[in-house]
Amino acid sequence: MEYILIIIGAVFVNNIVLAQFLGICPYMGVSSKVSTSVGMSGAVMFVMTLATVVTYLIYHYVLVPFGVTFLQTISYILVISSLVQMVEIILKKVSPALFQALGIFLPLITTNCAVLGVAILTVQKEFNLLEGVVFAIANAIGFALAILLFAGIREHLELMDVPKGMRGAPAALVVAGILALAFMGFAGLV
Amino acid sequence: MSQLKNFTKGFIKENPVFVLLLGLCPALGVTTSAFNGLGMGLATTFVLVSSNVVVSLIKSQIPDKVRIPSFIVIIASFVTIVQLVMEAFMPDLFAALGLFIPLIVVNCLVLGRAEAFASKKNLVSSLVDGLGMGLGFAFALTLLGAVRELLGSGAIFGFSFIQGDGMLVFVLAPGAFIGLGYLIALTNMIKKNE
Repeated sequence: MEYILIIIGAVFVNNIVLAQFLGICPYMGVSSKVSTSVGMSGAVMFVMTLATVVTYLIYHYVLVPFGVTFLQTISYILVISSLVQMVEIILKKVSPALFQALGIFLPLITTNCAVLGVAILTVQKEFNLLEGVVFAIANAIGFALAILLFAGIREHLELMDVPKGMRGAPAALVVAGILALAFMGFAGLV
Repeated sequence: MSQLKNFTKGFIKENPVFVLLLGLCPALGVTTSAFNGLGMGLATTFVLVSSNVVVSLIKSQIPDKVRIPSFIVIIASFVTIVQLVMEAFMPDLFAALGLFIPLIVVNCLVLGRAEAFASKKNLVSSLVDGLGMGLGFAFALTLLGAVRELLGSGAIFGFSFIQGDGMLVFVLAPGAFIGLGYLIALTNMIKKNE
C-alpha cells in the first residue's frame, strides 16, 4: 500500500515536471517529436533509477559515517556524471541496439536536474533503499507521461496558426501551463 | 565587443531565461514571489561570477578531455558555499528556495557560460560576462516573480496594491508556465521592434 501511494503521488499528484519544475530543459528541448521523447524518457528512467541507488549507498555508507554530509551536492553530481559516462561505455559494448536508441540522450542527462533532484529528495524524505527505487521509477514514469502528452500536443501545435509573437517557446509554455492545470485535478488523490 | 556591451547583453538581447531559455527549472520553480525570484537570481549570480572567474584563471591548466567534470566540481564547490551561508544567515529564504539551491549545480546557464565563454576569454571579460548574465537572470526571475505575485495576490515584494483575492492559479504551478510564456512573447516583440 505504501508503495502504491509513493507511485501515485510521484506520477500524478506531485508530477516531477508539471508540479515540481524539475527537468524542464529536456522537457522543452526534446519534446517536439513523440519519437525523441520516448528515447529521452527511457534514458531518464534508466539513469534516474541507477543514480538513486548509487547515491543512496554513498550517502548512507560514506557521507554519514564520515560526518561530511555537507559534501552531498559535490559528491552526487560527480557520481551522476561519471555514472552517465560509464553507462554509455557499457551500453556501447553490451547492447549496441539500446545504445543506438538512447545514445544521444545520455550525455544530456548529466545536466537534467530531475536526476539530481530525485536523488536529493530520496534523502530528504528519508526513504529506505527499496522505497527510493520505487520513488525513482515512479518519478521517471511521471516524467515520461508529462513529456509524451506534451510532445503529442506540440506535434499538432506545429500545424496551427499561432500569432507570430507566440510561435515556438511561448505557445509551448502556455500549453504546458494548461497541462499543469489539468494535473492539478489530481491534487488530494493521496 | 566593449565591456559595456558585454555587460548589458544579458538583460534583453541575450537574456538567459527569456531568449536563451536556459535555467528554466529555477525560473519556474521559485518565482512564487518577487523576493524569492530575486534571492535565487542573486545566489545564481554569485555562483556564475565565481565559477567564471576560476574557470578563466585555470583554463590553461585543465586538460581538454576532463574539462566538463572539472567545471562541474568548481561550480559545485561554490554552490555548497552558497548553500551553507544561506542556511546560516537567511534560513527563511533557504527554506523557500529549498531543493533549487543545490540544483544550481545543474543549471545549464552556469555550465554553459563556463564552457562557451570563460574557458576561452580572459579574466576581466569572464567576470563582466558572469555579472551581466547573472544579473540578467536575476532580472528575469524578479520580473516573473513580480508578475505572478501581482496577479496571484495583488502585491509586489509583499507590498499589496490591490485589495481582495487574486488569481490563485498564478501562484500555483500552471501560472509559472503561462506567465513565462507571455513574458517570452513580450520579449520577442521588444526585440523585433529594436
